[in-house]
Amino acid sequence: MMTRDLLALGPMLITAGGAVVLLLALAVCRSHAFASAWSVLVLAAALAAIPMTWPGAPASGDLLNLLAIDSWALAFWGIIFGSALVVCLLGFEYFRPLAVQAEEFYVLVLLSATGAAVLAAADHFATVFLGLELLSVSLFALAAYRRDQAISIEAGIKYLVLAGTSSALLLFGLALLYFHTASLRLSGLAGPLLAGHPDTIALYAGIALVLVAMGFKLGLAPMHVWTPDVYQGSPAPVSALVGSVSKAGAMAFMVRLAGVTLTGTPGVRNGVFYGLLVLAIASMFTGNLLALRQPNIKRLLAYSSIAHMGYCLLAVLPMAAGAALDRQAVFYYMLAHAVSILGAFGCVCAASENGREAQHVEDYRGLAWRRPVLAGVFSLMLLSLAGIPLTAGFLGKFYVLASGVRNALWLPAVCLVINSGIGLFYYLRVLGTLYQREEAESPDQFATSTAPSALLQPSPQLLLTHLTLAALVVLLIYFGLMPALASLPM
Amino acid sequence: MIPEALILVPLLTGLACLLAKASPRAVRTLAMQGTLATLALAVLLWLVHMKWLAIDPLTARSLLELNLPWIPALGVSLHLAPNGLSVLMVLLTALLGVLSVAVSWRGITQRVGFFHFNLLLILAGILGVFQAMDLFAFYFFWEVMLVPMYFLIDVWGHENRHYAAIKFFLFTQVSGLLMLLAILALYFLHGRSSGAYTFDVARLVDTPLPSPVAFGLLLGFFAAFAVKLPAVPLHTWLADAHTEAPTAGSVILAGLMLKTGAYGMLQFLWLLFPLAALDFAPAARVLGVVGILYGAMLSFAQFDLKRLVAYTSVSHMGFVLLGIFTPNELAWQGAVMQMLCHGLGTGGLFILVGYLSDRLHTRDMRAMGGLWASCPRMGGAAMFLAMAALGLPGMGSFVGEILILIGVFHVSPVLAIVASGGLVLATVYALWMMQQVFHGREKVRAADLRRTELGVLAVLIVLLIYLGVYPKNVFDTFNSTIKHSRTFNSLMQQSQIEDP
Repeated sequence: MMTRDLLALGPMLITAGGAVVLLLALAVCRSHAFASAWSVLVLAAALAAIPMTWPGAPASGDLLNLLAIDSWALAFWGIIFGSALVVCLLGFEYFRPLAVQAEEFYVLVLLSATGAAVLAAADHFATVFLGLELLSVSLFALAAYRRDQAISIEAGIKYLVLAGTSSALLLFGLALLYFHTASLRLSGLAGPLLAGHPDTIALYAGIALVLVAMGFKLGLAPMHVWTPDVYQGSPAPVSALVGSVSKAGAMAFMVRLAGVTLTGTPGVRNGVFYGLLVLAIASMFTGNLLALRQPNIKRLLAYSSIAHMGYCLLAVLPMAAGAALDRQAVFYYMLAHAVSILGAFGCVCAASENGREAQHVEDYRGLAWRRPVLAGVFSLMLLSLAGIPLTAGFLGKFYVLASGVRNALWLPAVCLVINSGIGLFYYLRVLGTLYQREEAESPDQFATSTAPSALLQPSPQLLLTHLTLAALVVLLIYFGLMPALASLPM
Repeated sequence: MIPEALILVPLLTGLACLLAKASPRAVRTLAMQGTLATLALAVLLWLVHMKWLAIDPLTARSLLELNLPWIPALGVSLHLAPNGLSVLMVLLTALLGVLSVAVSWRGITQRVGFFHFNLLLILAGILGVFQAMDLFAFYFFWEVMLVPMYFLIDVWGHENRHYAAIKFFLFTQVSGLLMLLAILALYFLHGRSSGAYTFDVARLVDTPLPSPVAFGLLLGFFAAFAVKLPAVPLHTWLADAHTEAPTAGSVILAGLMLKTGAYGMLQFLWLLFPLAALDFAPAARVLGVVGILYGAMLSFAQFDLKRLVAYTSVSHMGFVLLGIFTPNELAWQGAVMQMLCHGLGTGGLFILVGYLSDRLHTRDMRAMGGLWASCPRMGGAAMFLAMAALGLPGMGSFVGEILILIGVFHVSPVLAIVASGGLVLATVYALWMMQQVFHGREKVRAADLRRTELGVLAVLIVLLIYLGVYPKNVFDTFNSTIKHSRTFNSLMQQSQIEDP
């Protein structure tokens, strides 16, 4: 039993151990190259360990009171570790020209990935809290990582205060749930276990508080106000981390929570269902409407990710039936979103020069004629966020819509359609800026700009970033054409 | 074999155009070769489909159909199986593809590689739409062609291009998503009733649908098709997009993209929801007639030459809508004929306007006049295309319109009478355009058409006459679809019962 547990925990042990080893190594010798290479290795090893563990160890043993390392958790670990790997790759060339000590960045990324992984597998109130705190604490250190910039510190403090508040709410909620069910297991909330008890206000309040705390992590409206500030202030690789790793961990737990509560007593069921419905629709509209005229690309991506989490909730709503199709829809949506948002922030990293981030939409005007390949990559990422075919985002949206239609959730499905239209407007606005031709352009300039040497503009100091982006594009198209991963048994 | 080649050839040529570090001239030549190869494939498809080539049936079948599993878990397959209607549309697409490359030869000087990449990608998408017999694949191609079209308008368009490009994209995307909802609903309803989850049209046909559900699904599909067509309340994107697009973009928009809407209605609406479509038909016919008259009146009110031509599309496609929703063979044959002739005729007019505005640097008719004196060849070609637009006998559009009107007369004489008013209005705007631009006092002078330019227009003119005097080929090709269609036969019986 011991070995099986260890094997199941393998991927997470690797990242947690990797973080500790790195921390110790840094005490002896500081090396940016070593730190990044080590963390990339650790995350790659964790990723490689996932197929070996597959399909996880369903309920048994002592360990598994705390963690449910099932195929659901393992699938999300794939997203989490993969995204963290990309963030490490992007971080190397982002931090290299900066005058900050970059080594701890990798420790924190490893820790936050571990935290998100714990959250994704949490089946016990203790692990929920542990995972969430590990994730949050690493993230606010990361958000404030550029101490040379006031806005970064501001982002860190904002995140600290709000994440602290939401942790407090979560803790209070968990306490209330314990009071009601006398069980620290998440499954204690399930229907049969609640059947004997009458619903109490403590139960409702407890569930509501936990939902609010998770909604905060996911950036669902109306708990979304921190998102734009944190996305904007954080260094671009950290924004990518917030958009992918943290969202994936929280969404994985959200689905577990919804799966349990939506099969609860009628009162609980209705409360959670309508609560999530309101959160979903509010997030779609809030995110998209606020993004419409946003001139800052990082804030724009933040608002768009608020809307995306709203879309994704459409597939969480029917979780009561517990059909594999709905879980697969959520998983694929989060996978597609992670790839696109990592790619989008990767483009922000690649477009930045000498530590100055290209944050403003105006910075990207005519990018297609200066750096056509980068602009092409960015276009693909934006189109994926908009859900246009050939990209992963389309299939993600397709699965979510399919889940909504299958369960006859017409209201949120139609809201999704309307919001896709609204969302398209601002994606196209950015896309149009990329391809805007400079009016004063003469044919000579054109001739030079398509010359082979200028076409690729291989700025050697960004080689790794470019390779990472290339890999993301391959994944984006592959996931957009061949959704084999969406049929994993979950 | 041929269906996938028809998609792959333009796709790969497009990629080659984008990636080749070649001179603009080489890129243009490459694109021309690609589109010519596509045209050759389309003709081959036609020949095989009509059994005019002696090929043994087994080979012919593999030549005409592709059925690959794509996402087996969902029952999605890449199923391409062109029937008679598809073949006609494929021919039109391939031909206009060649002409669009030809008209961009001089007009496009910037980012030539990217331009042709987008152009060929649109062609690939449209060819996919016309051949897909799997609703997922159909939707996929339907959406895929939007992005390159957006770029075509947004990068190479005229003054107001950003507005036009976004408007075009929003209209088509949102309506497309409504269709996706309907597709998904149909998919699950079919899956639940039969246990087999599939997007294959041939199997979805049997889905038992309660009539309100069928009607709702029909509306979802109709929304997407009506925006593309465009039917009247949803036509506002058209004038902007057509006007702002570069010439090749306008040709493709008017000639091909509008046809995807009509094609969808004719191919899928009647097939999937025959009874609901029958209920809906009267309303759609009224929309069609409104489109005919309103489009013609709008067209007459324009000073911008390109806008004028754009609005004629609303009017002509009104005829198509009217014909499609009149369930008898005459009207359907007429609708298909009208689709082809509108593609050729309006495509020709857009090319002509492109030539004209390249020379004069304006599209304002008030600044033109008496051009016949300096460019008689252009005047002659324009006269010809204007006659085609107003439906002069001897040209394909006459055949199309008259068949539609006769077909409609069987069902609803009043609508047929009102719709024929559109022919009068068409005469008004077509002649008005000729008078403003080519007749009257000579206000401007311009160089006449070059030989290649005349050649492009001559191809269209010859085809319009051919369709007008010998439409049998088109009828035979389309017949091969409808005579074998169970839906069509049952509809015929029903409409005869209803007919007093």
